[in-house]
Amino acid sequence: MSVIVILLLASISVAILFLLAFIWSVRSGQFEDDFSPPSRILFDNETSSQKPTKK
Amino acid sequence: MVSSVTNSTICTHCGDLCTTKTIREGDHFFCCDGCKMVYEIIHESGLCNYYDLNKTPGIAQKNTVRSDKFSFLDESRIAEKLISFKDEYQTHIVFYLPQMHCSSCLYLLENLHRLHKGIVKSNVNFTRKEVDIVFENNTTSLRKVAEQLTAVGYEPYISLNDLKETRPGTDKSLLLKLGIAGFCFSNIMLMSFPEYLGINAAEAGIRNVFRIANAVLSLPVFLYAASPFFKSAWTGLQHRFLNIDIPIALAIIITFVRSFWDLFSGTGAGYFDSLSGIVFFMLAGRILQDKTYRQLSFDRDYTSYFPIAVSIVKKDKEIPTLLPEIKINDTLLVHHNELIPADGLLTKGKALIDYSFVTGETMPVVKEIGEMLYAGGRQTGGNIEILTLKEVSQSYLTNLWNKEKDSTNEKDNSFVHHVSKYFTIFVFVIAGFTAMYWSMHNTAKIWPAITAVFIIACPCALLLSNSFTNGHILTILAHNKFYLRKGEVLEQIAAIDHIVFDKTGTLTSAAEQEVKYEGEILNEIEKGQLAALASCSSHPLSKAIVAYLDVTDKPEVTSFKEYAGKGIEGYIDDRWIKIGAAGDNEELKNDTSVMLSYDENIKGTFYFSNHYRTHIPALLSQLKKEYRLSVLSGDNDSQKTELEKLMGTNATILFHQQPTDKLNYIKKLQDQGEQVMMIGDGLNDAGALLQSNVGIAVSEQANNFTPACDGIIAAGQLYLIKKFMKLCGANKKIVMASFIFSIIYNLAGLFFAVQGNLLPVIAAILMPASSISIVLLSFIASRFAARSMGLNILPV
Repeated sequence: MSVIVILLLASISVAILFLLAFIWSVRSGQFEDDFSPPSRILFDNETSSQKPTKK
Repeated sequence: MVSSVTNSTICTHCGDLCTTKTIREGDHFFCCDGCKMVYEIIHESGLCNYYDLNKTPGIAQKNTVRSDKFSFLDESRIAEKLISFKDEYQTHIVFYLPQMHCSSCLYLLENLHRLHKGIVKSNVNFTRKEVDIVFENNTTSLRKVAEQLTAVGYEPYISLNDLKETRPGTDKSLLLKLGIAGFCFSNIMLMSFPEYLGINAAEAGIRNVFRIANAVLSLPVFLYAASPFFKSAWTGLQHRFLNIDIPIALAIIITFVRSFWDLFSGTGAGYFDSLSGIVFFMLAGRILQDKTYRQLSFDRDYTSYFPIAVSIVKKDKEIPTLLPEIKINDTLLVHHNELIPADGLLTKGKALIDYSFVTGETMPVVKEIGEMLYAGGRQTGGNIEILTLKEVSQSYLTNLWNKEKDSTNEKDNSFVHHVSKYFTIFVFVIAGFTAMYWSMHNTAKIWPAITAVFIIACPCALLLSNSFTNGHILTILAHNKFYLRKGEVLEQIAAIDHIVFDKTGTLTSAAEQEVKYEGEILNEIEKGQLAALASCSSHPLSKAIVAYLDVTDKPEVTSFKEYAGKGIEGYIDDRWIKIGAAGDNEELKNDTSVMLSYDENIKGTFYFSNHYRTHIPALLSQLKKEYRLSVLSGDNDSQKTELEKLMGTNATILFHQQPTDKLNYIKKLQDQGEQVMMIGDGLNDAGALLQSNVGIAVSEQANNFTPACDGIIAAGQLYLIKKFMKLCGANKKIVMASFIFSIIYNLAGLFFAVQGNLLPVIAAILMPASSISIVLLSFIASRFAARSMGLNILPV
């Protein structure tokens, strides 16, 4: 019967992974600008390539 | 009129009609030198994708920007207020660029590093219309970056508002709460299935594991996700106002405690699934209702309109100074097209002040040296100097805009709170009867029965129908370019019985004038000469004449002279042409006429009148049947007869209204017990918009600046306002209908609850079923209502 408990743990941990992904996406502002990313991907390979050097 | 596009040339950059064909670059024609210059800059940097992504994506460059406009950014004290991060090598700055409108803008602004040496990276947030720029300190400067943006047509908008410490961020917590509640809800549902399907009593160990897991999962829902309801209930209690969140918070707490009691006493599985489900649905409704339009702002005060800095003249030197640091007796230098930031005396130069945004007068007024100038006017002539008499925050108009809204208006008097009050009383009565019954028959059942009544009869259904219906209606209205600040405004609109209009900019279009010509008929050559002369001036009447004549070939003008407020004259093809006020001592006013003379011989007269927006007369004739109407105009009364004809005999029409007069008029109406809607556009209406029950700002473009208000409507959609108001009226009916529908579920649940045997499985079926049917019902009903009124709805 303990197999059900293992299954339960497995399903919850998978669900938690998705929850964490959701929290990350909200925090990183992916729900704030729904215009730029889909347009940006259509530009030819030349958008800002340099990353800012963080100090 | 130009009937077809084929025989007219369109500017490659901005898409405006080209009046001459002399400005060109290869196959590309431009309407002005500004546009051509931007094209060249972009072309040289190899960023021509800009023109491939969208047709004519540019912004018209006809209004040139003064070259030293951004000199104040060199002042480190001013600059440090704006930049978000700076170290030895790099600076991060966020600019607000209201011109941003398409993917070409995005493309160009994210490729700034190819355009301007020293820019490391630029990142666009399109919905906020902001660009985040990182640049190297030793190669470029803040001023140069701002000037580069201006050079390609995206002039950063820097206002006094940017001085404020905190920039409003979007609230992400509600979305997080929804996610967490959804996660917990779905997992608790999953783990409750064994219980519902009747797990074998022999497997008590497993059953307890599931129950404990459910209890653990309900903790984040109760402690974190449900917090908005507790908070709102608490503020309600503090203000001694029984809002709908109080019974809801009560129900959530009772459900939670009862479930834990069941768990520990081993009497049942608890109602963890219903608890998390209802929180999830209510949060979803709240998010739908509070959907914000990030490109719009409903809370602008005067600081958003004022520049961040002006030049103070001290010992013949111009010193850029932050606006709040201006003191009395400073001499300010105000350039062409700049706002006057503080009340003061004109000490140098000739002032031609456009007060249209502040007072509603359409025509600029002439002021001589020594005359008083009020903050908020826009100088349209050359440079002037002003001796300040008052500090910026003390000026006459800023004072008016700062006025707080009467707190009596702000009370949350939505009908759902009243309904919930009766609903709560009803629930308490039922709970009381249940308790009485069981105390006589089986005392052990008292508490299970009472708690079950509270769990099942929580007014969540009411809240859900309200927030979902509001959300759907707001979305439909926004799709029709009528944006409301929040759901409660819908109800306030439905209650309106008096509509007050502003005239200039609201009923009439400020930019357009109706022109009529009487006199000797002009031939094509003369028309061209006249248009050439008039296009030298930026006065609204000159612009109207140019638009009226509509000619493309304009000869050259020599020795052009403009007499502020009186007229213009110049030599064209050896003829001395004059357009101006009829008498020598007369000034140009609105709705006036100007004389046209060739070589001192009078040829004819141009008559001007306001241009009413399309469909406005039809709208007014419909509105006057159902509402009381008023028009408050800051302008003179030359339009009186025409307005009276449009508004009907019962309407009040007042002219020469100062901003305070408008505000007081609204107050007066409210004191008579009327629910007033104010529709206006400029800062002159700001006080009235705030004071009114519903203030609607009319905006030519959705991203334009509007004063603080409850709603923003696109100018082209104003004629639909009656339908919008009707839809707001339908809103309440839909809320009530879906609420009554959901009560059926509640009654079914109560049937079990009063008997003291509300099984978790029954609650778990009733709750989502009622929630989902509310969502569907309100969705279908709002769309149906909108469609039957002929409004646009989004396809599903």
